[in-house]
Amino acid sequence: MADIKEKISKLFPEATFAPDAAVTEITIPDEKWHDLAHTLRHDLGFDFLITIVGMDWKEQGLGCIYELSATATNACISVKVMATGDREKPFVHSVHDLWSIATIYEREVYDYFGIIFVNNPDMRRLFLNIDWKGYPLRKDYNDDPNINPVSIENERQTDFTDMWVERDGKIVKEERRIFQPEDFVVNIGPQHPATHGVLRFRTAVDGEIIQKIDIYLGYIHRGVEKICEGLTYPQTLHFMDRLDYFSAHNYHHGLCLTIEEAAGIQISRRAQVIRVLMDELSRIASHCLFIGTYCMDLGATTMLFYTLRVREQILDIMERTCGARMTFNYDCIGGVMQDLHPDFVKDVHALLDVLPRNIAEYNKIFTGNVIARDRMEGVGVLSREDAISWAVTGPNGRASGWACDVRKLHPYSIYGELDFEEVVRHEGDSMARFKVRMDEMVQSAKIIAQLIDNIPDGEYCVKVPKVLKLPAGHWFKMVEGCRGTFGIYLESDGTASPYRLKIAPPCLPAAAVVDHITRGQKIADLITIGGSMDYIVPDIDR
Amino acid sequence: MPYEAWKDNEYIEKLVKELQESGTNVIVGSLDKLINWGRSNSIWPLTFATSCCGIEFVSLGAARYDMARFGWEVARASPRQADFMMVAGTIVHRMVPVFRRLYDQLAEPKYVIACGSCAISGGPFKKSYHVAMGIEDIVPVDVFVPGCPPRPEAMIYGIMQLSRKIKVEKFFGGVNRQESQKEFLAAHPVEGVND
Amino acid sequence: MQDLSVGTAWIHSFLLGYMPEWLAVTFECLLIGVGLMLLYAVLALFYILFERKVCAYFQCRLGPNRVGPWGLLQSVADMFKILIKELISLNHIDKFLFALAPYLVIIASMLAFAVLPWGNGLQIINFNVGIFFLLAVSSIGVLGILLAGWSSNNKFTLIGALRSGAQMVSYELSMGLCVVTMVVMAGSMNVTDIVMSQEHLWFIFSGHIPAIIAFVIFMIAGTAETNRGPFDLPEAESELTAGYHTEYSGIHFGFFYLAEYLNLFIVSGVAALLFFGGWMPLHIPGFDAFNHVMDFIPSVVWFIAKAVALSFIIIWFKWTFPRLRIDQLLTLEWKYLLPINLFNLVLMVIIVTYGLYL
Repeated sequence: MADIKEKISKLFPEATFAPDAAVTEITIPDEKWHDLAHTLRHDLGFDFLITIVGMDWKEQGLGCIYELSATATNACISVKVMATGDREKPFVHSVHDLWSIATIYEREVYDYFGIIFVNNPDMRRLFLNIDWKGYPLRKDYNDDPNINPVSIENERQTDFTDMWVERDGKIVKEERRIFQPEDFVVNIGPQHPATHGVLRFRTAVDGEIIQKIDIYLGYIHRGVEKICEGLTYPQTLHFMDRLDYFSAHNYHHGLCLTIEEAAGIQISRRAQVIRVLMDELSRIASHCLFIGTYCMDLGATTMLFYTLRVREQILDIMERTCGARMTFNYDCIGGVMQDLHPDFVKDVHALLDVLPRNIAEYNKIFTGNVIARDRMEGVGVLSREDAISWAVTGPNGRASGWACDVRKLHPYSIYGELDFEEVVRHEGDSMARFKVRMDEMVQSAKIIAQLIDNIPDGEYCVKVPKVLKLPAGHWFKMVEGCRGTFGIYLESDGTASPYRLKIAPPCLPAAAVVDHITRGQKIADLITIGGSMDYIVPDIDR
Repeated sequence: MPYEAWKDNEYIEKLVKELQESGTNVIVGSLDKLINWGRSNSIWPLTFATSCCGIEFVSLGAARYDMARFGWEVARASPRQADFMMVAGTIVHRMVPVFRRLYDQLAEPKYVIACGSCAISGGPFKKSYHVAMGIEDIVPVDVFVPGCPPRPEAMIYGIMQLSRKIKVEKFFGGVNRQESQKEFLAAHPVEGVND
Repeated sequence: MQDLSVGTAWIHSFLLGYMPEWLAVTFECLLIGVGLMLLYAVLALFYILFERKVCAYFQCRLGPNRVGPWGLLQSVADMFKILIKELISLNHIDKFLFALAPYLVIIASMLAFAVLPWGNGLQIINFNVGIFFLLAVSSIGVLGILLAGWSSNNKFTLIGALRSGAQMVSYELSMGLCVVTMVVMAGSMNVTDIVMSQEHLWFIFSGHIPAIIAFVIFMIAGTAETNRGPFDLPEAESELTAGYHTEYSGIHFGFFYLAEYLNLFIVSGVAALLFFGGWMPLHIPGFDAFNHVMDFIPSVVWFIAKAVALSFIIIWFKWTFPRLRIDQLLTLEWKYLLPINLFNLVLMVIIVTYGLYL
């Protein structure tokens, strides 16, 4: 890390470094930001843009924090860029030419904070409709419902988008077309069986061939990040259940880890083991449902019922301990909510007994089927470079040959001591994504088998203060959700509620990359590819 | 649940009372009975799910809860062919026009079940700037199923209540439900939509 | 074997005793028409329930079991519901064609009913190119589907209809060739003659290799013709909402729904006719006692049982296989099934010429 610091300070004397931070933190003025980004991306190997956190520091102005990682060395770095211009029109230079995913991330920041990214080819709002007044995550946002009333009239739609470019030292707006007038545009979604929720693709097709997809998000945007700013830390937890509802435990785990790290709380080993057990159980349940719905998308409806059988069994185990079937709210700050149910160990053993048989059955019915193979093999190939550039993590990234499992790269909780393999395939097609998930179920079962008979005694939850106040500062933490890297950026100003809680979901990149990998494929392949990316729309929209 | 509790539904009792008081022609009455028997036993859902509750709706179709037993498994993807809409999940500002349009596209007689606390009142997202606080302002709702998300059993109970409600409605003659629906639609008009 | 034509002849002579011949014929036509409609409705309702039950058992579920005993009245309830559902009239569509399409589809399948050999002597029309007629009328259905997709003025329905057009036209070829293969074996296009020539042994046995190949291809093509999984692309739910009938509601949708199941019956009925002897009981040469016992089972039961058994196989396909993609579907037909079929036809001609059949 030290030589990176040295290199940067030599090239960019303007850059300042935060003293004694665990992760290198650079602050750079906007004029030099694109050059620094270029250096980071091409010379220093920071090829993975984890997230862009938009910030509103009130008087100090608006800005962005870029969380970067180098896939070769695993080094992490965070860059803080302050926006130029006034609050009406703040500007930051776009980095979409360096990291493809930045196109979408920058639109998100624009949507939340109104920061305009110069040179981004598509500066539309991402989640809110085009006539929305105000930028909701700014601290001075007026959330009076009369300003933005619920409207039952169709939202205004346009085929144009804005692009802000520098001309003769001035920043000017240019209009660009999304679809050409002669394009045959089919609207898929938001209410469509293939989109797994309320996602909308405007698809330009030539016969059955897809030419371009324009993705519309926000049909289930609930503003979780903003709500959290008005709640205490324990209250923010339960929203994690409702993002990616299959990774409820994992997301809870992530936020709890962040808060515990910030507050300096040490949790007992028993709680850690329970958390990991629950994470892995939910991973199996999640992948089960993925296999089922994916097969249903491809027309093999019966598979759904076979996979849901295992899922129901896992839900039973969860229900006995957590008291709910879906939104568990189980992990809490300091440990877990309740102790394990007395039958937990027995139930999990029963699950581990039936799981291999079930996986063999799935493979027998579906994986080897010639139609299934024809539909999946070679469809929607995502190369390793593209996967990194588009920040497609989790099973999707691993199917493209990118070993991106946070449990291995930055082991958290007790994952460092566990014996499991990271499933990586290199084909990058839909079949690989399907098989990675199949194999991950086996690996999760392996982890569970290691832990289930060795749950240590001890308290399941340590005492935490009733009103939890975190010291001023900021933390960024990643965990492995069922669908990929789940990042939490938490900034505290010393009060009992977060100043900014940014959720970096794994599904947003997975949905954003669909346009890139479906071009030139058939409409039916859109279903195959979209299904294999396995995005959860509430996780994308938050 | 005990059988007495099952029948404890004031709204339906009121409907039955109205029905008994107004009286009806024998032929129309028995035709009504036949048609309502058919309607109440064949309610096809529209596949419509926005978030968590939608997954419980999938579970409802799966082997353990098996809504096919009641004949509800014919989930139609096209609103023209569905009978009721299970609003499973949060409805946000951007979704509202789409949702309203879907409701308008359903063929009469149509019903709406608000499933889960988000659809009923905004639920945990009450403080959000982008969530519609309950769908009652957007479409007329027939049955509310509370829960976050409701268990599949609760959903079964909800749809059964809908089925009971359909059974005591009048199809011919004074259609008591249609009136209230018309009132609702007059109070919540959609402007600028002519197709 | 009871010859049911005795009964029909008796009705005819009975009517002649009371009225002139033209009136008797008109009366009989009406009678048959009503009977056909009733049969049509009952069969469709039965099939809907049958599929729902069968698929439920494939999926470890119970299927409809609340409405009536064992859920038997489920599809009756559905029918009442569908009958009274609103017919939505849409703007910006070709209203005449939109209304015509479901009737075309249903008429096509109803006409095909006319030549199916229901039982010994129980056939509505018996003429020398019966099987030809069947192929001809069953292909009217695709016209209805194309019209439905086109007249709805909706992009999804249009894609669904075009897919369906490509699919039906291609697979019609395979079906036709399979039929020709079996016509070569039977030496006649008359449906009754085809059935009678299987008196000693069903064609699937007597025609051995080419007959079995033709049967397999016929089942594949038949599944594709009826737009059922794994060939259900025109209405692929996960891609096209509901395909060509997305915009239809009420009884118009009901017609498509019924026709789909009736086509299933027709395809399995034709398969039963060509390969399993139509209404002909199972006869094994040499086992006279066995053959005699088989004759006691009424011919109508034989026919319907065979058709239902064959449709069970088609339903089995649907709930097992994933869906094909449109290009794979056409590849299967034009690159594999068609050449095999042509080869098979030649093989059948050789076998018939040299008398190599059993």
